[in-house]
Amino acid sequence: MTPTITEPRELPKVWQRRSRRDVLRRFAAQLAAVIAVVWAAWGLDVHWPFVLDAPQQVGDLSARMVPPDWSFVDDVVPPMIETINIATLGTILACIFSVPTALMAARNTTLNAATLWLARVVVVTSRSVNELVWAIIFAAIFGPGPMAGVVAIGVRSIGFTSKLIAEGIEEIDRGQVEAVEATGADRAKVLIYGILPQIMPTIAGVVTFRWDINIRQSAVIGLVGAGGIGITLNSAMNLFNWDQVTVILIAIFIVVMASELVSDVLRRQFT
Amino acid sequence: MTEQAASTQGASPTPAAARTWRKPPTIPNPVLRYGIVVAVVAYVIYAAGDVNLDIGRAIAGIPKAWDMLMQMVPPDFSRWELLLSGMLESLQMAVFSTAAGVLLSIPVAVGAARNIAPRPVYLLFRAYIGVVRTLPEVLIAIFFVKAFGFGAFAGTLTLTLASTGFVGKLLAEAIEEIDPGQVEAVPAAGASWPLVLVYAIQPQVLPRYVGLCIYRLDINLRESTILGIVGAGGIGAALYNSFGRYEYDVSAAILLLIIAVVLLAEWASGAIRARIQ
Repeated sequence: MTPTITEPRELPKVWQRRSRRDVLRRFAAQLAAVIAVVWAAWGLDVHWPFVLDAPQQVGDLSARMVPPDWSFVDDVVPPMIETINIATLGTILACIFSVPTALMAARNTTLNAATLWLARVVVVTSRSVNELVWAIIFAAIFGPGPMAGVVAIGVRSIGFTSKLIAEGIEEIDRGQVEAVEATGADRAKVLIYGILPQIMPTIAGVVTFRWDINIRQSAVIGLVGAGGIGITLNSAMNLFNWDQVTVILIAIFIVVMASELVSDVLRRQFT
Repeated sequence: MTEQAASTQGASPTPAAARTWRKPPTIPNPVLRYGIVVAVVAYVIYAAGDVNLDIGRAIAGIPKAWDMLMQMVPPDFSRWELLLSGMLESLQMAVFSTAAGVLLSIPVAVGAARNIAPRPVYLLFRAYIGVVRTLPEVLIAIFFVKAFGFGAFAGTLTLTLASTGFVGKLLAEAIEEIDPGQVEAVPAAGASWPLVLVYAIQPQVLPRYVGLCIYRLDINLRESTILGIVGAGGIGAALYNSFGRYEYDVSAAILLLIIAVVLLAEWASGAIRARIQ
């Protein structure tokens, strides 16, 4: 039983890393990328006088911003607290709505195809519209002010939190749910005793993570009238009080950094 | 009483408590458990007062919201040329800023990787990443608009800067996780420092880098649709103006276009990343 060795007929003489087809495909992808970038650069519409003028503008702006007007700190604290409150209330609002949405969006707990699709539409709409746009919409509905901000932050967060909580629900242990069902529990009891205890850490982690993102977003929605430090920033810029703008920026920087730290520490507790 | 007994004695509850089963509380300590509830309720009451949450205003908003929704239907696509040019500008901003941003993020990532950069360089680049990532993009855009004037250029610079922070951080983390063996082997063969980067580090992080580039393109496209609100180019300006003029049917058309493009980009980005990795 000697194995028959067939002479390979057309082997390439020199070793090549990629087949010709791969080479062509890669070349096509690279060419497409280059064309896209060139096309994009074409559309940039750079006004060179403005660009050449920029160093002077930046220098001028820096001179106006420094030294910061430290006496303005007292006027920054109340809107900053309002910003944190907008973010926190918005997160609580999102939390309340995202648990039922997540239950509908998870394939293993949704009631039927209609609820699944309803939840998906809510998630997609919430996530694909930017917080500034939500803020504009709710400022038009409720009138300018922090209330519009709270609702905007809440609505913007629902998609994110629901999506992540739904992913958590899809990964739960079936056994516990079956065990509760076996005792004759109804749907509500299965939810309370079989599902919720398993996803509580996920909910806590996701909501804390979102709170951190919301602090950052609450700081800018004031630019379109939805309350918080953004309003203070906008008026300081409109009045050309650049030394106050510096103070506001430093305040935003500190609060965002601090919230990231708090969120990190809290999330480590939950997981 | 029963809860305290159950929590202190654990598996062997008193006969009185055993008669009806109770779900063990998530937080065993009753002081902490009710303390949290009281604190949250107190906070919500205080915060609701601070931000002037008003049930009357909320109820008054419902008919207004309905009104707005009715004016949004049907969406008005009649000025499609304006929508198209705005969206194309957003796309161009996103593509160019991603290309520039991901190239610039390579030196940032090398500088911010603890295992290959000297300590002072590492700290410097980490500080840069921290500052860039902390400031919201809209705020950065405002300053570029002041420096470079209104238009897509300011927005492109904003997104480029933000991309260097984002890709730089994640690529630096990828570099920190590489196999150190190759970084030892390549210089052992007599390679210089740039050659180590190219032959020992680059092959290990390239798949992650390509994935990050595509992910960032997706993010930049989302952001480029709203930077127009502060005058930094793209379709955001048209959206903001349509709200200002109460032309809600035009706003609805723009929003639908943005949602469609964002979803398409998210799907394409996910599909490409799944194929690469």
